[in-house]
Amino acid sequence: MTASNKVVNILVVGIGGQGVMTASEILSEAAISQGYDVKKTEVAGMSQRGGVVSSHVRFGPRVLSPEIAPGEADILVGFEAAEAMRWCHYLRPEGVAMVNRLNLEPPVVSLGLYPYPADPVGEIRKQGVRLHDFDAGAIARELGDLRLVNTIMMGAIADALPFPAETLKERIVERFRARKPALAETNARAFDLGRAAAH
Amino acid sequence: MNPNLLQPPAAGSRLLMSGNEAVARAVWDAGTRVAAAYPGTPATEILEYLSLYPDLYAEWSVNEKVSLEVAIGASLAGARGFCAMKHVGLNVAADALMTQTLAGVVGGLVIAVADDVGFSSSQNEQDSRYWGRFAHLPVLEPADSQEAYEMTRAAFALSEQYNTPVLLRLTTRVCHVKCLVSVGERQVVRAADQFTKDPGRWVMVPANAKRHVPEMLARDKALAAAVETSPLNRLEAGSNPRLGFVTSGPAYMHVREAFPDAPVLKLGFSHPVPLGLVRQLADQVEALVVVEETEPLMETEIKAAGIAAHGKDILPAAGELPPHILRRGLAALLGQQPVAADVGQRPALEVFPRPPTMCVACPHLGVYYTLSQLRNVNISGDIGCYTLGAGHPWNALDTCISMGASMGIALGLDKGRGPGDENKKVVAVIGDSTFLHMGMQGLLDIAYNRGNVTVLLLDNRAVGMTGGQENPGSGRDIYGQPAPRVDFAKLVEALGIDKERIHMVDPYQLPVLFKTLREETKRPGPSVIITDRPCVLIDHYQKQQPYEVDEAACTGCGNCVEVGCPAIHVTRRDKAIKPSGKEVELAFVKIETAACTGCDLCVQTCAPKAIRHAVPTFPVSIN
Ligand SMILES: Cc1ncc(C[n+]2csc(CCOP(=O)(O)OP(=O)(O)O)c2C)c(N)n1
Ligand code: SF4
Ligand code: SF4
Repeated sequence: MTASNKVVNILVVGIGGQGVMTASEILSEAAISQGYDVKKTEVAGMSQRGGVVSSHVRFGPRVLSPEIAPGEADILVGFEAAEAMRWCHYLRPEGVAMVNRLNLEPPVVSLGLYPYPADPVGEIRKQGVRLHDFDAGAIARELGDLRLVNTIMMGAIADALPFPAETLKERIVERFRARKPALAETNARAFDLGRAAAH
Repeated sequence: MNPNLLQPPAAGSRLLMSGNEAVARAVWDAGTRVAAAYPGTPATEILEYLSLYPDLYAEWSVNEKVSLEVAIGASLAGARGFCAMKHVGLNVAADALMTQTLAGVVGGLVIAVADDVGFSSSQNEQDSRYWGRFAHLPVLEPADSQEAYEMTRAAFALSEQYNTPVLLRLTTRVCHVKCLVSVGERQVVRAADQFTKDPGRWVMVPANAKRHVPEMLARDKALAAAVETSPLNRLEAGSNPRLGFVTSGPAYMHVREAFPDAPVLKLGFSHPVPLGLVRQLADQVEALVVVEETEPLMETEIKAAGIAAHGKDILPAAGELPPHILRRGLAALLGQQPVAADVGQRPALEVFPRPPTMCVACPHLGVYYTLSQLRNVNISGDIGCYTLGAGHPWNALDTCISMGASMGIALGLDKGRGPGDENKKVVAVIGDSTFLHMGMQGLLDIAYNRGNVTVLLLDNRAVGMTGGQENPGSGRDIYGQPAPRVDFAKLVEALGIDKERIHMVDPYQLPVLFKTLREETKRPGPSVIITDRPCVLIDHYQKQQPYEVDEAACTGCGNCVEVGCPAIHVTRRDKAIKPSGKEVELAFVKIETAACTGCDLCVQTCAPKAIRHAVPTFPVSIN
């Protein structure tokens, strides 16, 4: 173990436009509200245009480097199955992955240049990763808005965090109250459904 | 007046801020009057944030050189001036910089330059700290947002104290990392109430400029003394004297994380290198290691001073230096085996790449579909979203080097053509913002020297690549307020292109675009085809009713796939034998109706008319 022992490392991954950065921003705010030092960093070259987005959130008594090294993530939040597979080697041996079962094919796959993995979740499991997968999109569709996927994913990891799940929920609801009050209630429900789906 | 102005959080607030946000706040807190920039990742957001602050003038400049000149002018007027750019921007601005360093400043003059260490979205990875050496300037290198805030403020003070422009060197890992920042009290500082005419100082003819060289060299000496005692530099004690580190910028955080017990010389004011402090550290430790991103600048200078040090002999000379890379490099020096955590616990799994794509319905799609249908063309390209035309499925862009280069390169391809290219046409593709940044001069050169080049000027009313910022072609300023809009047709005509060879074409009208392009490439001499539909990410864009594919009617010809719209997905592939006996590949498709904005491009490529309007069934959003 390294000196970053007491720092919690969460890697949130997905595709541009899925809300990965918003999710990690909310996680960071929740951690700050608990008195932690936080660093959050992204590699999102041209995320706007459907590229890979990976966002690192680190919190603890004092955080130095913003980057999570391969093999050091405590939690991997995968907004898309193949992306979770791409990043799963970032997990610690005992780390956990929370994966949205969604498969989003990029044009290079559509064009037949590369195959989409037949069973990305299975591939991750084969690596001995502790993993929970579910269809966040289905829940979002039931609630009537696909943008809820990121709140659902936050709900799903809430019980794996070192602070109360309610803290994270409050941050999300407050954020919506401030920006889009009409959506606060639905997001609270999405959070609860995500939380339930993780058990 | 800008309606979006921010109520800046009070002094003393602790805020979660990116490095870019922190720099912006500090520029405002430093009482800066004028701030200018041309967009460029990772620095773009600095000016976006600054445009939200009151009592400060912010602008999008047409290029980085102009942004620096605007900041210089503000400094001469007695105000604090600031400009921000990505690393390659300073190459463009360098001409002004190299002489302004002789003239000095009145109001503080700070240049933020953001290096894209790790190539997240740039054409090279150059180390801008070289400019500090080349131009005899102090270089400050913050390690995180809090330091970005403090050092930006310190930079203005240093600038005025030492009569010098100051380089604030950022990297992607400072610009885009968020952490908690305590912000201070705003102080409005003005060095002078008016511009003082002083030709000996501001008119850089040889006789005047020459007289400033001794001043600049004296300033070098003063700065070399200042770095030894600057509060931005500190020698941190450590309990393990085996290794001592000299480090700057975000690499400091990585060093502290990887080697918590080591003595560290942390340099925030990193040029000139404080050799006295380095010697002090060297005397305490068994081996000295210089950790810097990316080139061995401090290392070379330290070694030249006769101090033994390791650096790029054991560490990568490109890319970032995160803790696991450092530990791996240092393990060899210490004769240790790298630990599992530093080489990863599990293997990385093989997954398809996910390169960025053009947006659904992007007006560039029509252009590249058309270019991909043309035979015998060499296509000189430029930088912007349209660079993606080099990729699948279009493969219709053959060069890309630097902003505006498509023009000159096209002319050179024409003038230098050999027998193998005798029948080839030369086409150049350039975006509106890139054209205004550095392309106009190249087109003037094509016109003046009568090149056989067909220029496609893609006017999408935005700087698409960096997020849709305003520019002189968009008709709005940084505050979103109406501004004079360049008339591209008139501009191009004024540069010397024959009026009859200038065409405005709707890029969604494939037959018209194809015909115009084919006819123009057949004729000798220069011509310009301007496409005139907006980027889909800006508010000028209007969505139309979406489409779907009638599966029964789709013959699998795959033509629509060649458009390259990300809303079109192949559902099934097959092979068929034509009556001629030739085997053809079939690709059956569906359209993701929720994402389709009804631009009509794919419809025009579908012979059996299998693409038809869809009735939306479900409230979905397109992000
Ligand atoms: C010297 C320099 N400055 C800035 C950039 C960043 N940059 C890349 S492309 C681009 C502009 C693209 O705008 P435009 O030409 O209008 O094309 P679009 O992306 O809208 O298609 C910018 C600002 C750069 N690569 N080089
Ligand atoms: S951002 Fe605008 S210009 Fe760039 S790909 Fe998207 S629509 Fe096209
Ligand atoms: S009409 Fe065709 S090309 Fe245009 S957005 Fe829809 S699917 Fe894409």
